[in-house]
Amino acid sequence: MKIKNRSVSDRIYLTFVYVVLSLLCASIVLPMMQVLTVSVSPVEVINSYGFHLFPTRFDFSGYREVFRNSLIWTAYGNTIFRTVLGTALTVLLTFMGAYPLSKKSLPHRPFWTALIVFTMFFSGGLIPSYMLIKNLGLMNSVWSLVLPGAVSVFLLLIVRNFISALPESLEESAKIDGAGELYILWKIIMPLSMPILATVSLYSAVGHWNAWFDSMLYIRDEHKQVLQLILRKIVIEGTIDPAAGGGTDLIEKPVNSESMKMATLVVSILPIICVYPFLQKYFVKGTMLGSVKG
Amino acid sequence: MSGRAVPHKLSLLWTNYKKNKAIYWMALPVVLYFLVFKYLPMYGAMIAFKDYSIGKGIWGSEWVGLQHFRDFFESYYFWRILKNTLVLSFYQLLFGFPAPILLALLLNELKNEWFKRSVQTVSYIPHFISIVVICGMVVDFSARGGLFNTIITFFGGTDTALLSDPSNFRTIYTASSIWQELGFSTIIYLAALSGINPELYDAARVDGASRLRQVWHITLPGIMPMIVILLILRIGGLMEIGFEKIILLYNPNVYDTADVISSFVYRKGISESAEFSYTTAVGLFQSVVNFILLLGANRLSKAVSDNKLF
Repeated sequence: MKIKNRSVSDRIYLTFVYVVLSLLCASIVLPMMQVLTVSVSPVEVINSYGFHLFPTRFDFSGYREVFRNSLIWTAYGNTIFRTVLGTALTVLLTFMGAYPLSKKSLPHRPFWTALIVFTMFFSGGLIPSYMLIKNLGLMNSVWSLVLPGAVSVFLLLIVRNFISALPESLEESAKIDGAGELYILWKIIMPLSMPILATVSLYSAVGHWNAWFDSMLYIRDEHKQVLQLILRKIVIEGTIDPAAGGGTDLIEKPVNSESMKMATLVVSILPIICVYPFLQKYFVKGTMLGSVKG
Repeated sequence: MSGRAVPHKLSLLWTNYKKNKAIYWMALPVVLYFLVFKYLPMYGAMIAFKDYSIGKGIWGSEWVGLQHFRDFFESYYFWRILKNTLVLSFYQLLFGFPAPILLALLLNELKNEWFKRSVQTVSYIPHFISIVVICGMVVDFSARGGLFNTIITFFGGTDTALLSDPSNFRTIYTASSIWQELGFSTIIYLAALSGINPELYDAARVDGASRLRQVWHITLPGIMPMIVILLILRIGGLMEIGFEKIILLYNPNVYDTADVISSFVYRKGISESAEFSYTTAVGLFQSVVNFILLLGANRLSKAVSDNKLF
């Protein structure tokens, strides 16, 4: 039953709600439109005063410059490689850790859990981790990018909780049929865990796609660096003070400017936008699962 | 007595191992992962109390006790980076914490499902965009002639290089962080909101309560437990300001307000010089204070609500 009782204050309040939410959306959409527009505009338009939210004239020299820059494409390949390798490793290790932890028969289960959870709240710090990678001889190798963050405690606990909630009878009957643990994990647990597996993969993949700091720390060879780091070099380090140090800047072509920077941004976001519907769905799921157990 | 319990436990482990060999072998790589990549650095943090030299290694280097900590506490940088870390954290808490609650309350008022879903879809986007891209946009917009300056001059201000002015850094840092995470952080509150009994609202409407009064008397108390837990957790992380965003946004002109503990450690330990022992001590100081804050927050959480983290 609906009661029609809209007072004036309610109507003002609702208007307020709609206005605020619309402004919020505008604050997110408009900067992106600006980036997109600048990336396809000629220099004269970019340098003209005012907002650039819709392209008035097209000039794809920015994109041409991006496509010609071999470093960007090498970096793109490196990012894809680390994302695929890192995600596969994370999924594998997370399930290999979560399945034993979900077993109620595991002796000292609270101890193992505490051992893992403790690392969530205390760490040796940046410098000892850096020294570790150096001492392990992983510098300049893709393993320095995928190994240190391979297992996330948060994801491990989510998966453990998910597996614990699966009916035990499935496992029992498989055991009676003589199935081994690996077989059970691979043929029974994993297929039933598809939604959570998707969540883990997407968390990991987005993390790898967006990571840059580890590449800056551990990868010295420019041709092994990831996209986000190259992006930083092009977009941020080239912008900090364009007026200063004009001596060297004069030699550069004007096209390594706004439109090229913005084109690089667009090219790097594109894959994320393409899979965005999945991201939204499974990230929301992950957040909910994480919050249930707190 | 306890001497007897130990072999008993060990034999329990052994029988369990014989029964579930596959399980143990499966867990081995994960255990190794935690030992190598999480616990070895904790062992390595020992150099905070030593004078680390590469030739002698972690174990062989000489002990210097608390020398590095003393040096740090007495240095000019100590107050600067401690203050910057705490002020930035406090800003994030003061403005960043209530923001998603407000947004969730507003979203909750919407009866139009289509509009609600659109706002959610749009506001989640920045969460997935890399910090490099976000900071790239911020840096670009803050430069002379950038989008922010276009807006500022539109309202009669002057066009300046915003990120070269130390007094702007905190605003830019905090605002862009809120902008990026605002939408996504509402999820947890929206979940709590959906748990509120709709009959309460029906009853309030029958009593003639306005929408605002409904928010005040039904919605807010309904999500209060969640708010309290998250607030306590936030206080537990008060000493934590990550270096990634700082490093992307700052430049030497604004170190006075922008340099935090973690970015200082990165600069002095890796990028500008290699004072491993000293910076490890600085990092350890931060980790320990953080851990203490977290334990305190957890205890507080246990006391005020029944929820605890661990």
